[in-house]
Formats: sequence, structure tokens, C-alpha cells
Amino acid sequence: MKITQQSTDNTLTLALDGELDASSSVLLDTELTKPDVLKYQKVLIDCQKLNYISSAGLGVFISHLQQFQDAGVKLVFFNMQEKVHNVFEILGLDALMTIVPSAVEASAI
Amino acid sequence: MKNAIRISCNRSNLKVVRDFVSTYLAAYSLSDLHLNQIVLAVDEVVANLIIHANGEDESQHLNLHLSVKDHVFGIEIEDDSKSSYAPSSYREPDLQEHIRTGKKGGVGMTLVNRIMDRVEFTTSGSRNVCRLYKKIS
Repeated sequence: MKITQQSTDNTLTLALDGELDASSSVLLDTELTKPDVLKYQKVLIDCQKLNYISSAGLGVFISHLQQFQDAGVKLVFFNMQEKVHNVFEILGLDALMTIVPSAVEASAI
Repeated sequence: MKNAIRISCNRSNLKVVRDFVSTYLAAYSLSDLHLNQIVLAVDEVVANLIIHANGEDESQHLNLHLSVKDHVFGIEIEDDSKSSYAPSSYREPDLQEHIRTGKKGGVGMTLVNRIMDRVEFTTSGSRNVCRLYKKIS
């Protein structure tokens, strides 16, 4: 798992590259736990190169969502591959998280 | 086609298991989505066995055996940990509650149960076996 960060004044974009499983999700959790993350209005997760996600990866997002909401930070996923989106769907997480097709829609939120 | 593998209880072997299952199923021309679901279900059970049942003790091992019979994919995952999973302890998760409390785990077996057609856990003596089945035609 490789995580590339890009930020503007109010938006942090994390581009995920690889597979998010019980081994690699620790790295993502570390990134999302940094206090600076809560300074942004939006945290965008670019999933274009995210080839796989297991419950451990989903759990990282689930565990941070409330804290983000409390701090007024919007968490938005975009460019998600169908097979990864399907994992969110199986659990019904697609209805609880903001997932949009592309960077354009993500920026507009 | 290789249909059996033995791995030590280290998280880094999850990728090895996913590749093993994907390679085995390549001959069956499943859709990306269908293949990913089966690989995910196996990954979830193996992660639980490595992390929870065996405490990531690398001296412990899991034996995995794959088969396809009458258009049904089957996997047998065997270990000899003292703590075996009791399916009767399973509860459907309340995701809103998980979000509210910031809970990280507890949805892996939900994925397994929703993806696979049949999920069995048995213990005989010191040997625990998990069997998962999914129709693939």
C-alpha cells in the first residue's frame, strides 16, 4: 500500500495505491490519526489505484468517520473501482459514506 | 494446478493467500467482482485465524486446501489453535453504532456470511477446520 498526499488550504487528498488489508491498513490508520487531518474541511480519498479492500481497511474509515463529522471534516471517496465499491455495498456502507464517481464531483461537495 | 498451501501466522501472508486463491480460480473465468468476493471471504477468515485465534504467532501454521466440484468452489482452512471460533457467537453488526463509537473491527464475518453460500466451523480434538463454499457457475 502506497499513500500519496496532496493538500490545498482546505482539502487533503490521499491517493491510495495497492491493497488495503489487515496488514497494510495500519499505515492508513496512522495517516488518518494525525491531528493535522482535522484542520481540513474535506478529506478526499482517491481510490483509482486501490485494487482491494478488506474489513480491516473498511474498519479504518468506519473508526474515523464520527471524529471527522464532529470536527466538520467531510470524508469523500472517488474513482472507486467496481469490485471495491461492491465491498462497501455488501455491508451497506455505501449508504453511510460519501462515494462519488470522480474528482470533479468530489471537489464540488 | 496447485490446490494446497501451508502458511505461518503472519499478516504478510494474507497477500500470499489471496494470490493463491486468485491463481487457482483463474481457470474458471469468474468476473472480477465475483472473484474478488471469494478472495475477500477467504482473506477475512484467514486474517481472523492469524490475528485472533493464533495471536500472530509465526510458529503456528494454517493449512489451506482448495477444490471445485460440481461448480462449487470449496476451501478448507485448518489450524490447531486452542481458541476456535464459535459461529453461534455471531451477531449482525449495527454499523451506525460502529461509526458512533469508532469501532474498527467486527464486520469481517459479516462479509464472509453474506458472500459465501455455506460457512462451517468444526473442531475435532486439537484440529479446527473452517470450510467455505460458493457456487461459481
